[in-house]
Amino acid sequence: MSSDSTASTSNDVLLSEHYALHVNGELREVHDGWVGESLLYVLRERLGLMGSKGACEQGECGSCSVLVDGELVCSCLVMAASALSQPIVTIEGIAPTGAPSDVQQAFVDAGAVQCGFCTPGLIMATHALLARSPEPTDVEIREELSGNVCRCTGYGRIIDAVQRVSVSRRGVGA
Amino acid sequence: MTVLVPTSLDEALSALAADEHALVLAGGTDAMVEVNAGHRKPSLVVAVNRVAELRSWTFDPAARAVRIGAAVTYSELMQAPIADLVPALAQAARTVGSPQIRNAGTLGGNLGTCSPAGDGLPVLSALDATVHLASASGERLLTVHDFMVGVKRTARRPGELITAITLPVLSGFQGYSKVGVRNAMVIALATACVAVDTPTASVRVALGSVGTTILRCPEAESMAISEVDFGSRSASAEVVRHFGELAAAHSRPIDDHRATAAYRRHAIGVLASRLLRRAFPNEQ
Repeated sequence: MSSDSTASTSNDVLLSEHYALHVNGELREVHDGWVGESLLYVLRERLGLMGSKGACEQGECGSCSVLVDGELVCSCLVMAASALSQPIVTIEGIAPTGAPSDVQQAFVDAGAVQCGFCTPGLIMATHALLARSPEPTDVEIREELSGNVCRCTGYGRIIDAVQRVSVSRRGVGA
Repeated sequence: MTVLVPTSLDEALSALAADEHALVLAGGTDAMVEVNAGHRKPSLVVAVNRVAELRSWTFDPAARAVRIGAAVTYSELMQAPIADLVPALAQAARTVGSPQIRNAGTLGGNLGTCSPAGDGLPVLSALDATVHLASASGERLLTVHDFMVGVKRTARRPGELITAITLPVLSGFQGYSKVGVRNAMVIALATACVAVDTPTASVRVALGSVGTTILRCPEAESMAISEVDFGSRSASAEVVRHFGELAAAHSRPIDDHRATAAYRRHAIGVLASRLLRRAFPNEQ
């Protein structure tokens, strides 16, 4: 270990090239990166998790949305090294067994997916929205998903998909 | 480059003392855009969003003041009870970016960036906020007016950290309005905050995105104070119109790729009049 690679004092941690992140319940070592890389870049290029998409790299499009410490954020605006020891959930962690989550299935059933690029971010945002507000109005859905840009669907079927999940989770009809 | 993730204020301040060019990283919603684009490559990054002292807010009922830690997020500012104590700040927070941005972005970061379009800043100006700065050698307090120096320029010195913002809890209407091309995910073209304190008969108005930093409008304020009726919450149509005109005249907008100066000035007049009418809903 070189003098500048890893050092720590009491509670704070000084990082350079090597660190580990808690991603989808696993501790994942990050090697050979630059310590200023965004979480999005580290997820895709260092850890091989390609579900989170990169488009704007400035928080505008929402296609890189993940949960960090339970909060929905744009992974492109998180410095990966600063997320040390915080639980991170990506789209890959939403359906770890391969079976789709209820939100993913509703997007398929409602026809809310066209090109699919924005879909992982919208799935993450929808899970966060329904966790906070289980019975959202259409206006609330529009406001809560306003950080996720879709250029194909026009959003109508996305809102339909969110409402389908809300209804099915309450057990009131299909 | 190294990244430090301190969990206490003392650790954060000693890190900043060691490197005067250190980048303070709060929510990352401004700083990471620059890092991603390769425009910033600091030797040291101090990530402050896990410093416990910066993550909480307190209300002092005796002083009628709220002290908001610099790393409190916009999402947190939108929730009761803090949203009830400083409603204009909650309204401004709701206009910031998207849920993803509000979950990360912080009030201290908004001040530290000091964009003329910073959504929280007109509220801090209208409320005459106090900015708490700390460094390894001590603390100092500045009014927000002295803190905001210019376009992305502040009075923060190397080694200093914004630790908190103190706001008075007023008694009366507070409102915030913003114009942009969408209702979400938009940099403000024009913003206005109007805050009334009925017991002291004061009306404050602050404007964003129409100057090098946030502008207060003393002419509009003194005109409103002398013409409105605080008891009946009433104002004449003429006073409401004139208030907008004075605010628009005080603005110093520029033409840029987002809007023309003429559009911004017009928008300021509309927003200021609209907010004054909400504050004094009855016709005189």
